Amino acid sequence: MTGVLVAAVLVLAVVAIGQLSNLLRLRGEIRGGEHPPAIPTERDNNRQGTLMLLFGIGLLIAVIWSLFAWRDTLLPEPAAAHGRKVDTLMRVTLALIFIVFFITQPLLFYFTFKYRGVKGRRALYYPHNDRLELVWTSIPATVLAGIIVYGLLVWKGIMYPSDKGNDDPLVIEVYGQQFNWTFRYAGRDSQLGDADVRFVGGENIVGIDPNDSRGRDDILTKTLHIPKGRKILFQFRSQDVIHSAYMPHFRVQMNCVPGMVTQFSFTPAYTTAEFRQLKHVQHKVSSVNDAIAKRRARGEDVEPWDFDYVLLCNKICGSGHYNMQAKIRVEEPAAFSAWLAQQKEFKDL
Amino acid sequence: MEAQAAHRDNFITRYIFSQDHKMISRQFLITGIVMGCFGVLLSVLFRIELAWPEQSNAFLHFFLGDRWAPDGVMDPNIYLALVTIHGTIMVFFVLTAGLSGTFSNLLIPYQIGARDMASGFMNMISYQLFFLSSLIMIISLFVETGPAAAGWTIYPPLSALPQAILGSGAGMTLWIASMALFVASQLIGGLNYVVTIINLRTKGMSMMRLPLTIWAFLVTAILGICSFPVLLAAVLLLFFDRAFGTSFYLSDIYIGGEVLNHSGGSPILFEHLFWFLGHPEVYIVILPALGITSEIISTNARKPIFGYRAMILSILAIGSLSFIVWGHHMFVSGMNPFLGSVFTFTTLLIAIPSAVKAFNYITTLWKGNLRLSPAMLFSIGLVSTFIAGGLTGIILGDDALDINVHDTYFVIAHFHIVMGLSAIFGMFAGIYHWFPKLFGRMMHKGAGYAHFWITFVCAYGVFYPMHFLGLAGLPRRYYSNEAFPMFHDLASINHLITIFAIVGASAQLIFLGNFAYSVFFGARATQNPWRANTIEWTTPVAHIHGNWPGAIPEVHRWAYDYSKPGYDEDFVPQTVPLRKGESDGH
Repeated sequence: MTGVLVAAVLVLAVVAIGQLSNLLRLRGEIRGGEHPPAIPTERDNNRQGTLMLLFGIGLLIAVIWSLFAWRDTLLPEPAAAHGRKVDTLMRVTLALIFIVFFITQPLLFYFTFKYRGVKGRRALYYPHNDRLELVWTSIPATVLAGIIVYGLLVWKGIMYPSDKGNDDPLVIEVYGQQFNWTFRYAGRDSQLGDADVRFVGGENIVGIDPNDSRGRDDILTKTLHIPKGRKILFQFRSQDVIHSAYMPHFRVQMNCVPGMVTQFSFTPAYTTAEFRQLKHVQHKVSSVNDAIAKRRARGEDVEPWDFDYVLLCNKICGSGHYNMQAKIRVEEPAAFSAWLAQQKEFKDL
Repeated sequence: MEAQAAHRDNFITRYIFSQDHKMISRQFLITGIVMGCFGVLLSVLFRIELAWPEQSNAFLHFFLGDRWAPDGVMDPNIYLALVTIHGTIMVFFVLTAGLSGTFSNLLIPYQIGARDMASGFMNMISYQLFFLSSLIMIISLFVETGPAAAGWTIYPPLSALPQAILGSGAGMTLWIASMALFVASQLIGGLNYVVTIINLRTKGMSMMRLPLTIWAFLVTAILGICSFPVLLAAVLLLFFDRAFGTSFYLSDIYIGGEVLNHSGGSPILFEHLFWFLGHPEVYIVILPALGITSEIISTNARKPIFGYRAMILSILAIGSLSFIVWGHHMFVSGMNPFLGSVFTFTTLLIAIPSAVKAFNYITTLWKGNLRLSPAMLFSIGLVSTFIAGGLTGIILGDDALDINVHDTYFVIAHFHIVMGLSAIFGMFAGIYHWFPKLFGRMMHKGAGYAHFWITFVCAYGVFYPMHFLGLAGLPRRYYSNEAFPMFHDLASINHLITIFAIVGASAQLIFLGNFAYSVFFGARATQNPWRANTIEWTTPVAHIHGNWPGAIPEVHRWAYDYSKPGYDEDFVPQTVPLRKGESDGH
């Protein structure tokens, strides 16, 4: 009932405002106002043109300010070998984007201000200029050709890593289910056993085939431990819906799709302990801990944080999607082997 | 006059079963605005959740009730439903049907010089299907298990299995029903637009004299006709998987304690089908806005649009390329990496025609005599966001870079700026500019300025900071960022975004007020208030059946003879014959 009354009052208010302004307009017309009210006057052009210029300046200042103010929140340098190539490509592309942004946006807002309408001035009749258009078709085309080739080379380097040299990848299966991750290591025989959804159940989260002898020594864990400096070949699977294994610090992401196996390989470059010592990481940690300190001061119960690599789910997968995570620890090879040797094998579960 | 006199209608034929393009245009517009209100309200709800995660909020409780916000704390299921329906409504109902439906209907017959659409009946059916589809989508908000919640891209198996998420129950069924009707509406409407543009142009209106709006609507309609059926196929197969136990998209699934009896399907197939529509769709959204902007910028700069032919060529280039880039949504889906290379190549090519358009807009402003009306400001705003958002596309279209920003807030920032903001700015610009043709009155100028400035500032305020969230590794569609300490320092940015979002959303009340007020009380329009060249401004202010009281005017020149030397006025309407020795503009 209240809603109806509120609605009625609103409607009446609109009508009242309408009638009032009709009155004002009629008064204007009687007094001989000539300019139609809805058409911008020279004064409007002046005001709006100036505001546009100010907005343009403000926008550029805000962009530059943000680059400094929010720098510490960004991801630190990559913790995987291929990530360097990705980040260099990113920097080149960003530089290009900023150059174009800082040329076109000022022109746009400046022209809006400079050529704001003045009574009696006539615009330049300038319908086309083929040479100019050729120039600004071919320049983007050339620059983009460069970016495309560069990007394709980087992609090839990531997705088709060369098999030369010491290529003895450690195979790890990453298995997603609503809403957690499981990791499977090959065990002593260095071979993952066959798996099928029909065998899923109980301790056998990932569906290892009990009849396959290669699977008997497989190891299932809930945190992901990987050795530094060795190539890791990840094989991704899912139990239920599509998940996406996102390891932002390594510049790695791959979907886990039910019914198929996807893969991605990379070589970790820093152990967790080493990575924590990097300057940018320390900046990030203190930036986070500053935020946490403020919340603690307000009486919230938040623990101070130390850096750890994480694996996040990055494909909408259900109500627990936002909290589907696992910790990643990168260790020296010896420490990694020692850790692996302590884990229970599948046959002992 | 005869046509007008012979035509009789009553309330029902005029407002409900109307076959008149002007009325259908207004129906699309008002339905689009109503849907837009829903879309924006949903976004305010989830922005509140993101700024103050898992906290009690009376506003949330008011809208979501005990079912979805017990004690005022939002339920994760409804969060996902809100983002899903927000996306669906904004992309399809507001920026596809609301934008194209309004302006294709209004401007195609008016600007090409036709009495109406080729088939008024099909046009009516197109709107009614859209209305029905909107109704079903809104009803789905109120079902017990909530509306569809698998993201607007509804990837199976999440969208196929009610066990996987609440929204994949009745909500998803309604989503599919609604979208099936929507696709039918788009097809019927699109065919009508194409046929009308090709066949019903008035004498002298050659293709190379068409205003750029019409070129944009033509290419948009063709894109829709070629891509929407694929979405229909995709959702029908999904429906079969859900209802009849088929396995188009499902295989090897263990959920809810049992192995499902589905085998051999692949979700990747769905992704291909979905994005085969999904990518042309973003051009279906943006091209009409670009067409509208071309027209408004030229008219208000009192200057011909720069590079008319280049503008047409770039619309055609963007339109054709849009069909061979869909795979850039799937770089990390597990498809063959070679395909990633192919789609990177085709995707980045789109930057070339887009850059040409941006440069041409800026050059059109150069040495103009700009009349800075609200429509003009929104158009210039569009150019700004089209550049800002387009540039980050170079990052997302590059497979090697996409690995690390895919599905993060960087993507949200990119597509909201380049397609959301640009398209909605184009739509606002069109409403302010063609309001005299829609309702015979003018919108209030001062309120228009206020609306523009608050919207423009808040638009950048909401979406620019999201780039940083994405580069910090924050995934999209997270109900809360609390589970990861590494995101704790992003909370202040999230507050900022939410404040801008609330202010920006509230500013739309200014628009709604102005719109409602102007429909009834706005200053009466004159016949050609903007002193424009196109022939819709030769029709009488009051809507009449058949658009022109007498013969349809003949067209003698292109639409952009503004400030042409040799003429006293700074505009030369298309109906003015060429003088001896005068060449046609371009």
